[in-house]
Amino acid sequence: MESKTVKAALVDALRTAATVLPEDVVSALVRARERESSPLGAAQLDAILENVKIARNGSIPMCQDTGIQTFFVAAGVKSPFLGEISGWLTGAVIEATAEIPLRPNTVNPFTGENPGDNTGAFMPYINWELVDGSDIDITVFPKGGGSENMSALYMLPPGVGLKGIKKKIVEHIVAAGGKPCPPTIVGVGIGGGADIAMKLGKRAVLREIGSRHPEAEIARLEEELLELINATGVGPMGVGGETTSLAVHIEYAYRHPASLPLGILVQCWADRRARVRLMADGAIEVS
Amino acid sequence: MERKIELPIDEAAARELRMGDILYVTGTIFTARDEAHLRMLEEHDAGRPLPFDPSRMALFHCGPVMAEADSGWRVVAAGPTTSIRMELFEDRFLEAFRTRIIIGKGGMADKTQSALERVGGVYAHYTGGAGALAAERIERVEGVYWLDQLGMPEAVWIFAVKDFGPLLVTMDSVGGNLYGELDEKISANLNEVLARIEG
Repeated sequence: MESKTVKAALVDALRTAATVLPEDVVSALVRARERESSPLGAAQLDAILENVKIARNGSIPMCQDTGIQTFFVAAGVKSPFLGEISGWLTGAVIEATAEIPLRPNTVNPFTGENPGDNTGAFMPYINWELVDGSDIDITVFPKGGGSENMSALYMLPPGVGLKGIKKKIVEHIVAAGGKPCPPTIVGVGIGGGADIAMKLGKRAVLREIGSRHPEAEIARLEEELLELINATGVGPMGVGGETTSLAVHIEYAYRHPASLPLGILVQCWADRRARVRLMADGAIEVS
Repeated sequence: MERKIELPIDEAAARELRMGDILYVTGTIFTARDEAHLRMLEEHDAGRPLPFDPSRMALFHCGPVMAEADSGWRVVAAGPTTSIRMELFEDRFLEAFRTRIIIGKGGMADKTQSALERVGGVYAHYTGGAGALAAERIERVEGVYWLDQLGMPEAVWIFAVKDFGPLLVTMDSVGGNLYGELDEKISANLNEVLARIEG
């Protein structure tokens, strides 16, 4: 297996993520523009859509905040490459930072030192999941700082129930206002524990817009929350309008009887992702 | 109303700008985020003159992606960053440097609003994340300061821009504040939504 080939595919995926907004997000933005009745909100959506086009045509990062480079790796336990992935990902991030280029965003939290290549302690960050089979499925997920700053964990008293959860989510999104660059995608993680709720919320953000939770009741809750959030009128970029969020995605885990963790993960309109699949025979697909 | 602005503008011209105006700016702008604000204020407090004149430029809350080519620096992407972080020192900054137009995203709070009223200036909202669109309207990189100490996103970059916009004036020098108006409407909507949830 040529590590050079895999690294090139990963750099490709990092470039795609930074420069090409996925089709499901573009369509959702176009639909939002069509139904926007506020001229100020509509102007924001027009600027976003024009920006997306310039970025795609020129292979230019769509936002100057090219994010913290995060990967979700579903690793087949029979893959011969398990030991190499981490090194390949770091190498690809260093190369992509210089080549695309990406903004050097990783900073030492104590000294402010910036290594200039998007690496550092725990960076790039890799979320591992072991799965059956021999393929490795890598999702590239660069996450911007502005929307990440608007993500939060609430440890609710279980007595507040589903109503309490709904209220907290809508209040949270209203308080965030224009800061996370709406229209946003809201990932909600419920249950598990503090870290688990946040992790589930982030996985929920990764789902395609238009996808629904497999359980009908949760799917209905996703739609209801989206409707409630958009009824507040925060609007694109917080200047007022019909669309504050493009989607609400929920994932849940069973909880401890004493805890009701609620993770709210906010993703800006630049919902960037790309995928690489690495097969056992060394074949690679980028999408 | 839509306005084409040629920088520099003086106090009187800045005081004519109103909430709701959409600006397209031509001239020179400089980027400054948290660290650059602090650095510029430090120079000011120490009585050291700056190597550029911020009063003739618009202030852009932005940490751009830049690439170095043989012929100098090139802008890759340069959308606005969240302005409220600069609320901590923006009033002192405006008093010190008399910058008439702040370009950013998400708006700012009371201290900046009163400084805009005292000094004569506006805050203009630029679409968040529109980094490629912004880069397209930047014609030249005229300079960079404190790059070594502050790094690429935090350094002060000087850009020559043409028709930079659309910039929506959301805070003006006569107390106009779009966020205040919106907040009222949105809290009323929120109360209705919460009542619906309660059932």
